[in-house]
Amino acid sequence: MSLIVRNLSVDHGAIRAIDNLSFIVEKRRLTAVIGANGAGKSTLLRTLSGLNQATAGKASWGDHNLLKGKAELHVRKGVSHVSEGKSVIPELTVEENLELGALWRRNKKEAEETKRYVLDLFPRLGERLKQRADTLSGGERQMLAIGRALMSKPQLLLLDEPSLGLAPLVVEQIFQTIRDIVNSSSMTVLLVEQNAMGALKIADIGVVLNLGKIAAIGPAADLIADPAIRAAYLGY
Amino acid sequence: MNQFISSILIGFSQGSIYALMALALVLVFRSTRVVNFAQAGQAMVSTYIGWEVINRTGSYWLAIPIAALGGAILAVIVQNFLMRPLSKRTSEGAIAPVANIIVTLGLLGVLHSGAAIIWGSEEKLLTSPVSTNGFKIGENVYPFSATDVLIIITSVIVMLIFAFIFKKTNLGLALRAAAFQPEISRLAGIRVDRVQTIGWAFSGAAGAVAGVLIAPGSYLNPYSLDILLVFGFVAAVIGGLDSLVGAAVGGIVLGLTLSFTSQYVGTALTFVVPFVVLLVVLLLRPNGLLGGRSSRNA
Repeated sequence: MSLIVRNLSVDHGAIRAIDNLSFIVEKRRLTAVIGANGAGKSTLLRTLSGLNQATAGKASWGDHNLLKGKAELHVRKGVSHVSEGKSVIPELTVEENLELGALWRRNKKEAEETKRYVLDLFPRLGERLKQRADTLSGGERQMLAIGRALMSKPQLLLLDEPSLGLAPLVVEQIFQTIRDIVNSSSMTVLLVEQNAMGALKIADIGVVLNLGKIAAIGPAADLIADPAIRAAYLGY
Repeated sequence: MNQFISSILIGFSQGSIYALMALALVLVFRSTRVVNFAQAGQAMVSTYIGWEVINRTGSYWLAIPIAALGGAILAVIVQNFLMRPLSKRTSEGAIAPVANIIVTLGLLGVLHSGAAIIWGSEEKLLTSPVSTNGFKIGENVYPFSATDVLIIITSVIVMLIFAFIFKKTNLGLALRAAAFQPEISRLAGIRVDRVQTIGWAFSGAAGAVAGVLIAPGSYLNPYSLDILLVFGFVAAVIGGLDSLVGAAVGGIVLGLTLSFTSQYVGTALTFVVPFVVLLVVLLLRPNGLLGGRSSRNA
């Protein structure tokens, strides 16, 4: 199973946010999409998870068409999206946020198992199960957002800027956890990041997006080594 | 002293009806951000359904659940065939903030006329299953009656059912999540459209129970519940408009205020005082007594 995006275009009013984009994400790979603000990274994820409408093109996960149907149906086909800006529900407790991700599975026993897995990954959440999500630190909220997505047992995980607004040490920890998830499961991850260097360091494949088009694509290590990419996107 | 206690009890009895109406408005507002003026009409139609049940079976007890069911079904129809298509078509532009208001007001008019055509505009009487005469202590008769006891008990039961559903069940979790963050709820796999419809159904049921409870104390005609909408709305705003606990508290606060006003100040001021209370609450706590993000948990 792989994520196939073919000639995808997405418009925001009069602005073309994604312009005739084509790429493939292989199964069990961690692919990082990097690029400046406004490059279309978030729009890409929002379109793949069913939150935004595509204008043209195709996108599929296995034989499931991602451009048809609502977000809540894609979750049932194994696609989970952690949207930008700590995608948790602040008014609910940590435990409720986690349970929310597994409600549609209608299987309490399996949900409990997944919860144990998530709490193993993020032990800090286990200490705060009964707390409201808005009492968590930024890093903990991001862990909760990822945990909520994992509760849906995804095969394809779409992560939008998990490093946003977090301290460098916390960012490193979260990136490492993402890498661990890919290494230890059969999950495929598409990670969108402004923190280009951090993301490429843990990624297998890198996609550089510029004004809705692919500027470069290839093994993450090659992109890091490319002087042109370094100068334009990695800042040195 | 007994007069004082009687006023408190009357306040609770009337207040619990306002609380139910406030609950109905808050349930809809929370789940779809619509202030539903047609709630008065929906509750009125549901109350006529209750009246029909009493007429045919003679049972007031049966009238409550059947009216609630009727109210729920009516609300689902309104939401599915009117409000949802409307919100899809009017989500942008100048019309967006007022489209809902205009349409629910229009629907209220349609329900008024529809009820008048079906049931006539003359007043109907819903007889209470228990005495409406005030309790007697010694020589004195107080306005608090067995019907008031019935009202309080029924309202408390309905609110406990809601509290249980919202706090303890998966459906309740989905309802709260979808009300607070519909987009994140979708990403978590919640069928938000369906959950919103269920929120409307609960709202219709709560409004119906409020209508059936208040009717024995007054007469029923197509317009008789409009004033309940006003009081329910005041109660909902006092409570913060998106808090279920706030709706209950707001209803009781309003009921007590009205009861004490008519007992100690005079019935002439009864319709002014709720707005004075509303104004004071809004000036001191603009988000309502229990409103604002910090208490959006019930």
